[in-house]
Amino acid sequence: MSTSPKNTPALLDVQDVSKAFGTVQVLRSVSLQVAKGEVVTVIGPSGSGKTTLLRCVNFLESYDSGSIRIDGKEVGFREAGTRQRRSERDLAAMRAETGMVFQSFNLFPHLTAAGNIMLGLTKVRGKSNAEARTIAEHWLGRVGLAHKADSLPAELSGGQQQRVGIARAVAMGPKILLLDEITSALDPELVGEVLEVVRSLAEDGMTMVMVTHEMAFARDASSRIIFMADGGVSAAGPPAEILAADTDNERLRTFLARFRASHF
Amino acid sequence: MLTQIAYALPFLAQGFALTLWVSLLVVVFSLIAGVIMGVGLVYGPVPLQWAVRIFSDTIRGIPILVLIFFAYYGLPAVGLHLPSFWAAVLALTLFKTAQVVEYFRGAVGSIPKGQSEAAMAIGLTFRQRLAYVIFPQAFRRFLPPWINGVTDAVKGSALVSLLGITDLMQAINQVIGRTYEAMPLYILGALIYFAVNYALSLASRRLERRFSFIRE
Repeated sequence: MSTSPKNTPALLDVQDVSKAFGTVQVLRSVSLQVAKGEVVTVIGPSGSGKTTLLRCVNFLESYDSGSIRIDGKEVGFREAGTRQRRSERDLAAMRAETGMVFQSFNLFPHLTAAGNIMLGLTKVRGKSNAEARTIAEHWLGRVGLAHKADSLPAELSGGQQQRVGIARAVAMGPKILLLDEITSALDPELVGEVLEVVRSLAEDGMTMVMVTHEMAFARDASSRIIFMADGGVSAAGPPAEILAADTDNERLRTFLARFRASHF
Repeated sequence: MLTQIAYALPFLAQGFALTLWVSLLVVVFSLIAGVIMGVGLVYGPVPLQWAVRIFSDTIRGIPILVLIFFAYYGLPAVGLHLPSFWAAVLALTLFKTAQVVEYFRGAVGSIPKGQSEAAMAIGLTFRQRLAYVIFPQAFRRFLPPWINGVTDAVKGSALVSLLGITDLMQAINQVIGRTYEAMPLYILGALIYFAVNYALSLASRRLERRFSFIRE
């Protein structure tokens, strides 16, 4: 599999994005292309900017310079390289085109599992309650939670909550799905059920960018792995190449060695 | 004694109606103003945040009685002559508004940031996020202190009697002036205030239970 498909226009095109929080440079001229149907995992030590990069893609965070385009359309700013933020309405419409799943689930606690999924469908997509309910039930079925449609988040396990979180994101029909350490807050025995859902979405051709510490999953499920360090892309390539123990990228080798040491 | 009080009952009832009317106006106006200013305080641009902050801190630092006298005796100095009733309502509303702003800030501030982000991520606009995600969750936290504030408003409305407005308190004082039955009348007044506020806190507890399904 190629590193960055040159001929097909990228669905997600990140160009030279930089961002600082005060004096801390969290992103240093990051570039990244993701083609339709690709599953890209982003790995790296904490503080390397992985999550910030993901949050810039749907403009939960702004960035200082560079450009992020989805399907050719500039995400957070108005066209022509201006630093002028899009209007609230525009931003909302753009965000509806990207799905995001969070480390801490962030389900709406006052709504049922189905209600969580239906909110965006009715208020953003303009669907009737009945249509939204049908779609919600379909996706709950896909994540194995058809029987929990009317349960509140507090009545669900962490793994179940996260599966609802995934269903809520994909039900909107996003062009790309952003997964931000979605298994990090889960008990180890619940990780599998969530990754299984992600795997099945990948098989269906969903385009995904996933920040994760699950190396085995990154190896098996992703078309490409991006290794980030110090706010920049330090290495990128197919899993076999990136996860090879004898890589000559020193930072990556240290990261992988430390990772292996702590996981075996 | 009892017949004297019985004769006074219609008059007391009128005073009571006025107490309820003042309280209702103050509660409704302060709720609307407080929530609007609260949104400004939490989500507004920095200058607006400062303006609300200064308003709230200043008003809360002044005794209600001073506000009431200021609204009635002070404002005419700048050309604003309010009838005593509206001067009193204005003063009480300002005082309550400053409190509602704080209840609102506390309630909304207790909602984790992830809730707004999740709502943004599915494409809800700012207003939709407030209406469907933040307010429904903040409501449960807003309710107990706010109802408490409503009972304060009912009790605080007794101060309007100092501007010569015939509310329940003033009515009681006038009846006492005619009958010299201070003790039974004050007890009667206390019972009426208590009944209203007790009913409110019962309603509050019921509402809280109704919304207790929202857990974090």
